[in-house]
Amino acid sequence: MAEIKLESVAKTFGAFSAVKGISFTVDHGSFFVILGPSGCGKTTTLRMIAGLELPTSGRILLDGEDVTALPASARDIAFVFQLFALYPHMNVRQNIGFPLRCQNFSRAQIRKSVQEAAKLLRIDHLLDRRVGGLSGGDRQRVALGRAIVRRPKAFLMDEPLGALDSEFRRLMCGELRELHDRIDATSIYITHDQLEAMAMADRIAIMNQGRVEQIGTPQEIYDRPRTMFVADFIGAPPMSFLDVHTALRQGDRAVTIDGASVEMPELFEDRPEGKFALGVRPENVSFADGSPLRGQVIGAEYLGTTQIVTVRSANGQVKARLPSGKAVRVGETVGLRLRPDKLSLFDTTSGEALSSALDAGARHG
Amino acid sequence: MADISLVDVSKRFGTMDAVRDLSLSVADGEFVVLLGPTGAGKTTTLRLIAGLERPDHGSVVIRGRDVTRQMPAERDVAFVFQQYSLYPHLTVYDNLAFPLRSPARRMNEAFIRRRVQNVAELLHIGQKLANRATALSGGEMQRVAIGRALVREPAVYLMDEPLSSLDAKLRAELRLELKRIQRELGTTILYVTHDQIEAMTMADRIGVLSDGVLIQLGTPREIYERPKSAYVASRLGTPPINLMPAELLASQSPPAQARTVGLRTEHIRILSADRPGPRARVHWVEHLGDQNHVHLKLDAHPLVTLADPAQELKAGDEVSLEFLEPLYFDQSGDRIVTDRART
Repeated sequence: MAEIKLESVAKTFGAFSAVKGISFTVDHGSFFVILGPSGCGKTTTLRMIAGLELPTSGRILLDGEDVTALPASARDIAFVFQLFALYPHMNVRQNIGFPLRCQNFSRAQIRKSVQEAAKLLRIDHLLDRRVGGLSGGDRQRVALGRAIVRRPKAFLMDEPLGALDSEFRRLMCGELRELHDRIDATSIYITHDQLEAMAMADRIAIMNQGRVEQIGTPQEIYDRPRTMFVADFIGAPPMSFLDVHTALRQGDRAVTIDGASVEMPELFEDRPEGKFALGVRPENVSFADGSPLRGQVIGAEYLGTTQIVTVRSANGQVKARLPSGKAVRVGETVGLRLRPDKLSLFDTTSGEALSSALDAGARHG
Repeated sequence: MADISLVDVSKRFGTMDAVRDLSLSVADGEFVVLLGPTGAGKTTTLRLIAGLERPDHGSVVIRGRDVTRQMPAERDVAFVFQQYSLYPHLTVYDNLAFPLRSPARRMNEAFIRRRVQNVAELLHIGQKLANRATALSGGEMQRVAIGRALVREPAVYLMDEPLSSLDAKLRAELRLELKRIQRELGTTILYVTHDQIEAMTMADRIGVLSDGVLIQLGTPREIYERPKSAYVASRLGTPPINLMPAELLASQSPPAQARTVGLRTEHIRILSADRPGPRARVHWVEHLGDQNHVHLKLDAHPLVTLADPAQELKAGDEVSLEFLEPLYFDQSGDRIVTDRART
C-alpha cells in the first residue's frame, strides 16, 4: 500500500514539452488509470513515477517521502511493461522467483514468496512447468507473478494488455482488477483504451498534450465531461455536438437551435453572444415525430442489441443509440428528442463546459 | 460472378491444421469479414488467396481464373497488413504512386497523378501529399497504406486487421470511412479481424472461423440472431451471451434436447421482486459509460446484461426475471431451431 502524489511535475525533451506541470494524488489501495491518445504524455508520466525518467521540475512523493531524485531500484515499485517478457529457459517457479534471487533472499524465503504469489494468481499448479508450453493467459499470469512477488508498495502498468485480442483482454481486465483487490495494492495503469479504463478504474485521469484534462470516477467523466476533448475521447461512439450561436443568461433552461427550443440543465453563468456547442450522448437521443429539431438519417450501424443511427441536422451530426428492432430508413427525415437533464454546453473557443445544474447533481448526489 | 472462390482448401503446418476444407465465395462488390480468435486460421486464409502460401489441396479462383498455382504478383490482389509499412524517405504522394511506377505497369506520370489525386481525396489526405510519410499521425499513415492498395485497382482487396494498431477513436473513424469507400467504389474486400464491432458494422456477410473451419457464413443479423452454435453465439454481442444450464429455465419449458440456454440482454427482462418469475440478486452494476452492465446471480450462476438507463438498480437488490424467447443449444452445442428463429 502506498499513496502516490505528483506536484506540478513537468518533463521536457529538448524543445519538446512532454508533460506540462501535472498534479494528482493516488490514494492508498486505489486503482488509478491514466487515459489518453498516443503522444499525450502518459507513458512519460509513468516512467517518472517509476524513476526511469527524472522530472524537469516538480516533486513526486511516495507515502509522503520525496522520491523525485531516487533511482528506480530504491523506490519499491513494480513496473509491468506492455510486452511481457519471460525467461524461456527457466520454469515458472524460477521466472517468478527471479527478482528475489537478484536481491539475495534465502532459498526458503524465495520458495515461500513464490508459492504465495502463484496462489494469488491461481497458477500454483503450474510452478514446475516450463514457460514455453503455457497458454497466453498463463504466461501473462507468470509475468504478473514476477511483479507481485516482491510485494512492492505500488504497481505501474504500461498497457499490459495492448497486444492481446479483444475477448482475452476483457477477461484479463477482470482478473487484474480482482488481483489488485486481493493484494490490496496501489496501482497506476495507463492505456488508450477507454473500455479498459472504464472497466477497471476507481478514478481516471484523462491526459491530452501533456496536461491533465479531467480527473474523476468513470461515471463522472462520462456523464459530466469538463472539456470537449474529454467528451469526444470517451464514449463509443463519442458525444455529438450541435452548434449553438446565442447569448446565455444565468438561469436559462433552454437554448434555441435552428428555431427549436431545446431544454437543458439550468445554467449557472452569463455569457455574451458567441459560439457554443450542445453535447449529447447517443443513448440520450431518441426519435420524436413532432420535434422541431429535425435531421436526415445518413447511416445505421447494426450492433446486435442496439444500433447506432447517424442523423445530419443543420447544426451538426447527431448519433443516436436505438434498439435494433427500430426500423430506420437511410434518407428519411426524423425529429430528434434530447434528454434534457443529460446535456452539456461547451464554450467552443476554450473547449470548456459551462457550469450548470448538471454539476450540481454531481455535488449533491 | 464471384470475385473470390475457395474450394475445399486445406493447409497444414507440421502437425497443425491451419485451414480445413474451407469453401467460401465472395461476390463482386461484397465486403466479407472473417471473424475468429487468434489461431482460428483467418490470416492463413488470406495468405492462401494472396499466394503467399500454397494450399495442400483445394483451389483458389479469382474472377473465374484458377490462380492456385500462380505467383502472388500474377493474382491481381492487394494486401493491406496490420502494420503499415510505408517508405519513410518518400512523400505521401510518392508512397501512393509507388505501386503504379513499377516497371511491370509502366503508366505515364499524368495518369499516375490523376489516380493518386483521386485516391488521396477519397481518403481525405489530399492536403498531405507533399508531406514526408514519417510526418503523419498513425491514422494518416494507415490511410496512406490503404490508399496504396486502392491506387492499383486490383480485382480484390485482402485486409489483415488493418485497424488494430490504431487507438479506439481512430479505429471507429476509419471503420466508417473504409465502409464508405468500399460502397462508393464497389470494391470487393475480404477482411480479417478478431473485433466483433468491426465485423458487425462493416460486413455484408461475416464468416465465423474456429480452428481452421468455417462454422457459419451470413449477414451480421443472421449470425447474431440465428447463430448455428453456442460458439458462434458467443462471438457476437456485448456483454457476451450468457450460456447457462437449461434446467435453470425449467419453468420456460425448453425443448427436450436442450442442454444449454443462451440469454442475451434482449432475452432478459428485469422486473421488481414482487412480480412472479425466477429470483435473482444484483451482484454489481458495472459502469462502462455508454453501457452499464448489471451482474446478476441466478442461483449460483452469474448473468450479465445491459442495464436499462431508466431502471435504477444497485448491488444487493432482489429482482424477478422474465425470459423472452432465448436461444437453446443441444448437447453438441448446436442451436435447436424453434418456431421463432427458423433458419
